[in-house]
Amino acid sequence: MFVKRLALAGAVSIAATAAHAECSFQNETPVTMLSAAFEAWVAVTDAMAACGNFSPELDQEFRTKQPEGFAASPSLYQLGGVSNGTITPLLNAGTIRPLDDLIADYGQNLTPNQLIQIDGQTMAVAMMVNTQHLMYRTDILADLGLDVPTTWEEVLTAAAAIQEAGVVDYPLGATMMSGWNLAQDFVNMHSGFGGTFVNPDNTPNVNTEAGLAALDMMMRMTEYMDPEYLVSDSTYVQQQFQQGRIAMANLWASRAGAMNDAAESQVVGLIGTAAAPLAMEGGAPSTTLWWDGIVVASNISDEEAANAFRLAMEGINPATVQAAPDAAIWLIPGYEPNEMSQGAIASAIATPAPPSYPSTTQMGLMHSALGNELTAFFTGAVSAEVALAAVEAAYTVAAQEAGLLE
Amino acid sequence: MKFRTFIWFVGPSLFLMALFIALPLYSVLVGSFYNTYDVREMVEEETCTAGFLAQTCTTTMVSRPVFGEDGRVQTVTEFVGWTSYARVLEPARAWEAVRALDYRALMQINFWAALRFTLMFTLVTLPLVICMGLAIALAVNNAAKSIRGPIIFVSLLPFIITPVIGSLSIYWLFVGDGILTRGIEAWLQRDIAMFAQAWTIELLMLFYRVWHVAPFAFVIFYAGLQTVNQDTLESAIIDGASRWDRLRYVIVPHLMPLIVFIALIHLMDAYRVFEEIVGFRAQAHVISLQWLTYDLLSPDDAGNRAYSRANASAMLTMVGIVILLIPLLRRTWRDHKGSSH
Repeated sequence: MFVKRLALAGAVSIAATAAHAECSFQNETPVTMLSAAFEAWVAVTDAMAACGNFSPELDQEFRTKQPEGFAASPSLYQLGGVSNGTITPLLNAGTIRPLDDLIADYGQNLTPNQLIQIDGQTMAVAMMVNTQHLMYRTDILADLGLDVPTTWEEVLTAAAAIQEAGVVDYPLGATMMSGWNLAQDFVNMHSGFGGTFVNPDNTPNVNTEAGLAALDMMMRMTEYMDPEYLVSDSTYVQQQFQQGRIAMANLWASRAGAMNDAAESQVVGLIGTAAAPLAMEGGAPSTTLWWDGIVVASNISDEEAANAFRLAMEGINPATVQAAPDAAIWLIPGYEPNEMSQGAIASAIATPAPPSYPSTTQMGLMHSALGNELTAFFTGAVSAEVALAAVEAAYTVAAQEAGLLE
Repeated sequence: MKFRTFIWFVGPSLFLMALFIALPLYSVLVGSFYNTYDVREMVEEETCTAGFLAQTCTTTMVSRPVFGEDGRVQTVTEFVGWTSYARVLEPARAWEAVRALDYRALMQINFWAALRFTLMFTLVTLPLVICMGLAIALAVNNAAKSIRGPIIFVSLLPFIITPVIGSLSIYWLFVGDGILTRGIEAWLQRDIAMFAQAWTIELLMLFYRVWHVAPFAFVIFYAGLQTVNQDTLESAIIDGASRWDRLRYVIVPHLMPLIVFIALIHLMDAYRVFEEIVGFRAQAHVISLQWLTYDLLSPDDAGNRAYSRANASAMLTMVGIVILLIPLLRRTWRDHKGSSH
């Protein structure tokens, strides 16, 4: 518990000591790894540490440190934990290696679904999926006789009823902190309205019907939210739930476990999950699919890479899932979905399915532009059209600098 | 002093100043005129990613960096002249807004919004810091000797706190259901959200900065008060000068060089306001010039950074500080020349 707290607090390095878990081999070569610090990575690195000689670095600032660390020769880390958002700089710089040979040697436990392939080469091995989906207070919806909302319109209707009843401070929560979080919420809603972000010729494509519809819906949601929503990140929404201050939110699946943690939550057993609401008739749930997985550096010797990969396979084997079944929605064989993962799975297998978050340079630029420019719309300074035009202008300048646009 | 001896004395510090101040500044200046980017090509790429049950594969045209023969990504560095400055300042858009007297449109440009706040912040906190510092110094100076030590210690505490930590504590006191917000809500019988609009955030920032820096001014003024000529003060009392007259005609003129010194330091510090924005997560409502540079320099998930624009923004911040300091520096220079002849 103590370790988990530390890790969640972010920016924490945990020097692994030999734990007592089982390991099929004794690791002789020192192996280092840099990954994010959430619960699932703690479970995986703990399992790897059992083999000895392993020093993981679990740090929420990994996305800043990873590109430079892997570009060094030899690489500062043999292994890296990435998601589909953060693999891009490593792919672009060519600092991670194809894993197909290593998988043939050591990857007997892997399922094809875990392999992240680019042009036929496996560049990463996924261990879990993550997505934002609807979490709600089962007791409140039952008391007020409300059905679980499946569309955003129904969410708003339910929110109005909850507001009327006055059972919580605010009916809705949302991860709308200006910057990355706000942009991600727009990405979800915009995808839900069938929007795309960048045209094939790298020009921006958000100042559209879908973009306006997404902003309009998000603005209508804010009426039922804490007025300080522009400082509200995932942890803030999680705490709002835990303290019984909100009734519904589209929140990350990786946060679901914390709702039933009696040490910090007042709503144990009262939170249900459902697919992310639909933004429009016949559309996909308004969310994006993410995976988290392991990559191996290219600037190390083949022997080191083989050893590190073998160790990584110890971390993502079925024993890890048994030790921490609720830490994530594992892709590892042996995982059995529990109550809290229903929403994420329903989102992922919906037809039409929500898109995977695109791992491209353009999307990185677009995400920054959205995070910086949309705030003016939510503070009431500009209209939706002006805000979206500003997003496109900011993206265009950044894309010109990156050599993507003339 | 002989010139040779003089050079031997100042040489090392000149060298260090060149190494740690002039050289980095020069590299930022040069960097602001160049833009580096990866050479890219459009290729058709098949990407397979993990779904929950099965892999999903998509084939799309993507733009990928080109690798050179040495296995590294090929980059191009272009001389772009003033382009990065223009991208930060957006002069055409700004001028249009000024001509139309459209304040809101001007505030939509990040640089001008940041400049507005930075200047306001600097110029409002300056007199407050000096007055607060002087007031505390006078109060301590007039306090009984036996309690001076503890008072000085307590007054210095805010200055010892790390700025980011200090601003975070203020943030936590007020955000959401922070205890102070709860207190004010109970007192005023209404719902309060301190971080939902710009003016309350700015008010908290001003309060925080004055609270944090006033002890610095206090220490300097307190030291200065110990050197006030007691004979002059006594003769002023005999001449019938009131407490206020003594402060105005004897003490403040005596402390003037210190006031200029504190103003110089404070202008330089306050113009680089940054911790408050980060600590208060204020970027949705309020940004500062230093934060703008930081934001341009922070990589996004795909690893892109706007180096060139960040350099330009940093240079503009420095130019702003220099302009603000000119009147004070001229005064110091005049005093210096006056005293040496």
